[in-house]
Amino acid sequence: MTGTTSRAPRPAEGSALILPRYLREPEGSRTPVGFPAYKSTGLRAPLRTPVDLPHRLTEVTGPVLGEDRVTAADADLTVRLGGEAQGQRIIVFGRVLDSDGRPVPDALVEVWQANAGGRYRHVVDNWPAPLDPHFDGLGRVVTDSLGRYEFTTIKPGAYPWGNHHNAWRPAHIHFSLFGRAFTQRLVTQMYFPDDPLFGQDPIFQAIPPSARYRAISRFDLARTQPDWALAFEWDIVLRGTDQTPFETDDDGDVA
Amino acid sequence: MTLSDPLDVPPSTEISRPRSGRPGTGFLDEPLRLGTTPSATVGPYLAIGLTWPDAPFAVAEGTAGAIWLRGRVLDGNGDAVPDAMVETWQADPDGRFAHPDDPRGAVVRPGFRGFGRSQTRDGGRYAICTLKPGRVPDGEGGLQAPHVDVSVFARGMLDRVVTRIYFADEAAANAEDVVLASLPDDAARATLIATPADDGYLLDVHLQGADETVFFAV
Repeated sequence: MTGTTSRAPRPAEGSALILPRYLREPEGSRTPVGFPAYKSTGLRAPLRTPVDLPHRLTEVTGPVLGEDRVTAADADLTVRLGGEAQGQRIIVFGRVLDSDGRPVPDALVEVWQANAGGRYRHVVDNWPAPLDPHFDGLGRVVTDSLGRYEFTTIKPGAYPWGNHHNAWRPAHIHFSLFGRAFTQRLVTQMYFPDDPLFGQDPIFQAIPPSARYRAISRFDLARTQPDWALAFEWDIVLRGTDQTPFETDDDGDVA
Repeated sequence: MTLSDPLDVPPSTEISRPRSGRPGTGFLDEPLRLGTTPSATVGPYLAIGLTWPDAPFAVAEGTAGAIWLRGRVLDGNGDAVPDAMVETWQADPDGRFAHPDDPRGAVVRPGFRGFGRSQTRDGGRYAICTLKPGRVPDGEGGLQAPHVDVSVFARGMLDRVVTRIYFADEAAANAEDVVLASLPDDAARATLIATPADDGYLLDVHLQGADETVFFAV
């Protein structure tokens, strides 16, 4: 007997295909596509209820975007563009897991962020914090066989934006992940512990309260590097697959 | 009626067993699951992190039979969305995926990765260079019509939205496609069907409005 199926589907019998099934997070703990307090939602978030799409071959497969997308230098955002970036050096690390707790190896993790002054290297960003000539805010890694990733970067600054009066975004790093299947695609933001700006930020507040802690990294003293860098740990959890339940008899024995 | 002695040991020979799967027994009723990480908007600066020189090319440039999938991403006013990103995933022209979870076996077609990514430009335009997909089994004994799975990300959307691209010149296959058949009417189906153009196909994505594209919950 076994409690879980392996990830590899069994061979097809006849015309029926046996495919992994990726489980959705319950509605109440998922971020909605639109959130009225976040103004840009108004004309963009779809208003009709999405149609359920049973997972077929296209949904349970996905792009394999491995090592050819990254170089070793892409894991260190502090020494880009021929010099050292300004600001507080930090190590951001963690694991990419599925909701069954299994590591997701070989996953492409792309990050982008503001510099220490809270400014993005982008033509649209006109917040008059200085641009850092040695920081472009771009990083990429691929998870190892245990699903681990690690970046060295600069703690991004908070910055004001036009959503409401005196609106400031909490410090955050954007993450993009592919996982194993089209259903596991995730774009998210990592926050830092105890940020005083959480309470007024609609992008953070759009996350249902029970799930907000999952977006916040944890300070890890053990992984700091003396006289060099602070460290923050953040595990990212993608959707898991259905599992074959235990079959039990009336007395609870595993059959 | 006589009361039994509460200290009397009943003459049962039944063996006591722990009972799993019930409240209060210390056993879990369900498998333990970790909560998934909440999604968030890509924001307006996605070009910093998500730009690759070859991103729009699901197939190497110059490949025979390559087509362009083009269109615009439009908001509820019909205005172009200049800071969106469109990603596509699809089978190859034989209906095969280069992926270990395809129970028919992974099939790799050199030069074809099945995945394309396009930021929108002025006018909200996206463009993906690819091969037209073949038909893919629907898992129930039939075949799906040729289709491309699409994710749209943008500032203002806290999660991606998912849709599909079908092809107007595949009328017979479209007519028996289980996903298209599940939609309420032809107007809904029409939002997914790309029309032929000189170098490929055209399909606009309407995030909102009277022509709102059908989006899928996956």
